[in-house]
Amino acid sequence: MTSTALRSRAWKLLEMVTTPLLPSDYLDLVSPLRAGADLRGRIEAVHPETGDAATIVIRPGRGWRGHTAGQYVRIGVDVDGVRLWRAYSLTSPTNRRDGRVTITVKAIPDGKVSNHLVRRVKPGTLIHLDQATGDFVLPRTKPAKVLYLTAGSGITPVMGMLRDTEFDDVVMVHCAPRPQDVIFRNDLHDLVADTKLRLTEVHTDTDGMLDIARLDELVPDWAERETWACGPAGLLDAAEKHWAEHGVPERLHTERFRPTVVVAGDGGEVTFSTTGRTVDADGATPLLDIGEAAGVLMPSGCRMGICFGCTTPLTAGAVRDLRTGEITEAEPGVLIQTCVSAAAGPCAIER
Amino acid sequence: MTAIDPTAHLTAEQIEELGRELDAIRDDVLASRGEKDAAYIRKVISAQRKLELVSRGVLLFSIFPPAWVLGTAGLSVAKIMDNMEIGHNILHGQWDWMRDPKIHSTTWEWDHVSPSDQWKHSHNELHHKYTNVIGKDNDLGYGIMRVDEDQKWHPFHLGQPLWNFLNACFFEYGIAAYDLELGKNLHKRRRKNPEFRSRAKAVGRKIRKQVLKDYVIHPLLSGPSFLPTLAATFTANLVRNLWSHSVIMCGHFPEGVQVFERRSIKGETRGQWYLRQMMGSANISGSKAMHFMTGNLSHQIEHHLFPDLPSNRYAEVAVKVRALFEKYELEYVTGPLPKQVFSAWHKVVRLSLPNKKPKLKTPAREQEVLAA
Ligand code: FES
Repeated sequence: MTSTALRSRAWKLLEMVTTPLLPSDYLDLVSPLRAGADLRGRIEAVHPETGDAATIVIRPGRGWRGHTAGQYVRIGVDVDGVRLWRAYSLTSPTNRRDGRVTITVKAIPDGKVSNHLVRRVKPGTLIHLDQATGDFVLPRTKPAKVLYLTAGSGITPVMGMLRDTEFDDVVMVHCAPRPQDVIFRNDLHDLVADTKLRLTEVHTDTDGMLDIARLDELVPDWAERETWACGPAGLLDAAEKHWAEHGVPERLHTERFRPTVVVAGDGGEVTFSTTGRTVDADGATPLLDIGEAAGVLMPSGCRMGICFGCTTPLTAGAVRDLRTGEITEAEPGVLIQTCVSAAAGPCAIER
Repeated sequence: MTAIDPTAHLTAEQIEELGRELDAIRDDVLASRGEKDAAYIRKVISAQRKLELVSRGVLLFSIFPPAWVLGTAGLSVAKIMDNMEIGHNILHGQWDWMRDPKIHSTTWEWDHVSPSDQWKHSHNELHHKYTNVIGKDNDLGYGIMRVDEDQKWHPFHLGQPLWNFLNACFFEYGIAAYDLELGKNLHKRRRKNPEFRSRAKAVGRKIRKQVLKDYVIHPLLSGPSFLPTLAATFTANLVRNLWSHSVIMCGHFPEGVQVFERRSIKGETRGQWYLRQMMGSANISGSKAMHFMTGNLSHQIEHHLFPDLPSNRYAEVAVKVRALFEKYELEYVTGPLPKQVFSAWHKVVRLSLPNKKPKLKTPAREQEVLAA
């Protein structure tokens, strides 16, 4: 018998020993970061960057496969007992000796996860991780000239790049309301002092928003530069237009942080993603009834919210709990009780 | 329903007001549900797993009597925790709000021969919706007993003290059979029903796994302690069965608990539904440890009103619920475990015989309400 066959036999036996649980349920008690466990990380430190941003140092579990500069990672954090998932750019270089990675988080108003991470989370906390992903990355072959165009927290993936790979000629234009709002300001100025970076800070509170036409004056050779841009949609839209108009769209790489704005209305179009059916729903009829009326096979039970026999993943949009009025927005892992939930705007459920 | 309707003094408006007050209690808990509650269930789960691991470890040496006693006691408690405070409550969706896929009603499997999904159907969906409605809620005597005067007597019921005792000893198998609706489905024609067959197969698989684990693998691992370990596991399962059977009997069978006619729930309002849960359930009084070991089903009344609220909150909810019972002059059936168990058993024995007096015809609650 081969060793893999032997190992799988042994594992089977172990499963019989622990049934109905899995061996991993017990191993997680002692070693949550081990190889083969669900990917987790432990927060080891939180360093404030600005008044509302902080860098979180994470020791990833053994299953972490590393990342490429510019990529992001999805993390699952328990906030008030509820597991919430968000994506953050990695700001650490890929070759950090101690194997730790960092993300840098800016607290956004009413942001449950960002405020929790910036202000409340304690070192030692276990979080859940996905593998790093994203194609906002540097190319294999080094470009001669580079431009980083960033605004606000759009600097985070670029900081990961700056720390990871040195280029001979790098220019950065970064926008933030005030000097003290510039995340990584000290690091950036250190790079400038070492002549590794030429930096233009645009302080939008005093200078106004960056007019993309001003680039000619700030970075005269911008069109020859391989450019990575990250920031609010307005800036990126303007940049894409500008680069296209000058015939160099292929030089521009952008990353959009998908805004999590869900418009919670009253009723809306419901998509049943598995069956591909789409119907209009009002804000008062349970999605269970809506689905059944549309001929979608819906699991059900008590039809009054007590048996949890109708729970179904909500994959997009928002729904309203008909008993409490509470709004639930789609996020990975969110399941709703269709018998007591109605559409609060357009939404999609997995049926 | 028993001779006198104990809710007859309430007007329809009062019943709806009662419903609103109960909704408010529920909303309070929902609004304050959070980190502490999540930490609670995680702690209980981890404690249960550690206790089970240690007990199984000790049982490897169960050839020595002290190890046998210790291991058996530990395993019994671990199994009770798994079924009661953890399994039952997670399968009710009480912890779904945490969005932790590992502590979720859709993924949890328990140390029990009835597969989670089948139990969820018969328990959450049928029993909790049709609580104590004769002919709809099979928990009223589990289909093998008569626990209310209004249920029809049959000579078969003469043996019900014995059935109940056997059911208590092998409770988990009783529940599996009950979830399968075995009595009904063993009829020739139904036996072939593919849906029933696939469910029966699932139960068979689960039983095989459970038996293999408890009575083959763990004893084998114990080597020379094979037989003592086997006996220990059997004892732990027996203890767990007797315990959970007793607790569950106390939920709906003690004297003072009401049952309802099928027609009384037609067009039931939210207030009336709540009222039925209040009158159809009974509590057990006792210490914190007792509440914990019953999986907080000692707060059966609160659990039936709010089956999806986290179990660790029932104690605080109970204070408010009890105040409502007083306000609306309703009887809050509760008592210490021995008293309630005795009361339930007494009923089982008493009703094994046909009713003594001719039944008094009483109006269904619904008619009372209409008349009011
Ligand atoms: S059908 Fe029972 S909770 Fe939705």
